Amino acid sequence: MDLGFFPTLTFENRKRNAKELAEIALVIRRDIINSLVLAKSGHSGGPLGISDFMASLFFGGYMKYNPQDATWAERDRFVFSAGHYCPVQYSCLARAGYFPVEELATLRKFGSRLQGHPGREVKLPGIETSSGSLGQGISIAVGMAISDNLIDKNNRKVFAVTGDGELQEGSCWEAAMSAAQFKLDNLCWIVDNNDCQIDGRVRDVMSIYPIAQKFEAFGFDAITIDGHNFEQIFEALDMFVSNHANKIRKPTVIILQTKMGRGVSFMEDNYEWHGKPPTPAEAEIALEQLI
Amino acid sequence: MKIEPLKLLGSKPTRHGFGEGLVALGEENENVVVLGADITGSVLTSFFQNRFPERFFSIGIAEQNATTIAVGLALSGKIPFFSSYSAFAAFRNADQMRISVCYNEANVKIGGGHSGITVGPDGATHQSLEEISFLRSLPNMTLIVPCDYHEAKKATIAAGRMTGPVYIRFGRSAVPMFTTEETPFEIGKAQIFREGSDIAIIACGLMVWQALLAAEELEKRKGISARVINLATIKPIDVETVTLAARQCGVIVTAEEHQIFGGMGSAVAEVVVKNCPVPMEFIGIPDRFGESGEPDELLEKLGLTWREIYNGCLTALKRKKSEFSSFRRPTDLTFENKEV
Repeated sequence: MDLGFFPTLTFENRKRNAKELAEIALVIRRDIINSLVLAKSGHSGGPLGISDFMASLFFGGYMKYNPQDATWAERDRFVFSAGHYCPVQYSCLARAGYFPVEELATLRKFGSRLQGHPGREVKLPGIETSSGSLGQGISIAVGMAISDNLIDKNNRKVFAVTGDGELQEGSCWEAAMSAAQFKLDNLCWIVDNNDCQIDGRVRDVMSIYPIAQKFEAFGFDAITIDGHNFEQIFEALDMFVSNHANKIRKPTVIILQTKMGRGVSFMEDNYEWHGKPPTPAEAEIALEQLI
Repeated sequence: MKIEPLKLLGSKPTRHGFGEGLVALGEENENVVVLGADITGSVLTSFFQNRFPERFFSIGIAEQNATTIAVGLALSGKIPFFSSYSAFAAFRNADQMRISVCYNEANVKIGGGHSGITVGPDGATHQSLEEISFLRSLPNMTLIVPCDYHEAKKATIAAGRMTGPVYIRFGRSAVPMFTTEETPFEIGKAQIFREGSDIAIIACGLMVWQALLAAEELEKRKGISARVINLATIKPIDVETVTLAARQCGVIVTAEEHQIFGGMGSAVAEVVVKNCPVPMEFIGIPDRFGESGEPDELLEKLGLTWREIYNGCLTALKRKKSEFSSFRRPTDLTFENKEV
């Protein structure tokens, strides 16, 4: 595989095995490093940590979408409530063919459609909503799921990712309450549990544990998995797909236990890499490791 | 154009116009959905709920969630209306309004009920007096403050028919009803309710009727010809009508049931200063919180009656003649002339 600077390859969305997805995740991680080093600001840790899951979701045949028709009426929708994770979403969208891969080089730059946090105003294909102020995207996803399940009564799914620190925002629990109340079995809420936030460990800054039990108490079907183990990712996504198909009348939450900065030795599990980009020298080391 | 004098036709709360407007919208468009936040019988989204139960969603006492769920519905092609008291529908959810509603240009409509001091006995916590300042600073937002029941109904229907975020501010108490079903209404268009050339009174909400009373007294007692403009849409503001008022009348008094700082009067002043600077006076809440009491007692105490408008007009007219000759302390919110 060509691993040059933003190689122009795109990937189809189909059933794949762990090895194939691991290779795609590697491309995504390289995109994250490359776009962040050019941007000279942005978030490295979270996006690298969730790359394995994102590769599976976008390129493992779990989500229905059409890059040639971004607003296709039958598409499943994906919302990054943790908007600061957008470098990984931008990479997935580009690699799916929503927009040219070269555009990843414009992240956070003047005039770019790749805003520092996703903005619907700039009309980047594949971005369903602006997000960035934490705890809002997940409620938007609940609204989308209500529209699909209770009004249009169609077969679409909604996927939404929050961080774990994001769960400190009270509005997340308002969203959880309503997702259960409306029996949104078409909603898959993903919590990226890397236990890191800007000020330190989530458990020290303000604990949100136990996560799964909280969601279960709210009325969710919860599963906690190793977010770097593809077999477990498949199991969790299969569980949601089956929950949706069987109309279990409960929302699903997947708690991904991940390592922030996964794949880059000096970033891994280090909360200091929450909100900073690599220097060119650091990026060089990172890219050597991401092969 | 000859303007027919407006007559008092009775009194009715503007929230009834909102509630009935929602039902009318629901009849004409099946994409209209309504979100409730527990006080549906107060803001009268209950009318819609009773008529279209399958298109009504109760979100509970969670205004942040309700606002953002509305965004998710709007991004799915629905036309969601969310309503609560303005105290919660404009402030508790302020971040959601800014990022999720306005930055997204989401087709979300917010009904801010029980606004202003006329919510009465509930006291300062529930008397929202600041939302115009906040909401008119949000890009993409359309902000409407209807003057009576009929206008509230028309504004609600017009909001549902346009695309983009809209906030409609209405009240709890019965207020004078003086427009009719036939009175024209258009979002973004101010209306001249009384012609006049010596001074222009620009008002919104329940202060429009007080402005008409003040204009009548000015004519009766002083022979002053006052133009009365109903500025129902505060954003986008009708620059043409406001500028014309400044140019033709040479002096302006604004009146609103809201803080003076940042409110409708400030919006008018932005237009006037830029296009045709003339002396202005501002009738509104003088930088304080409200308190418990009956609506009329509070309007009296806080200076929101035709008398303050009348006195404000005399003060402003004096300044018109002296052309800014006397220096006034910038924070002075009182009037030199107090005749009534």
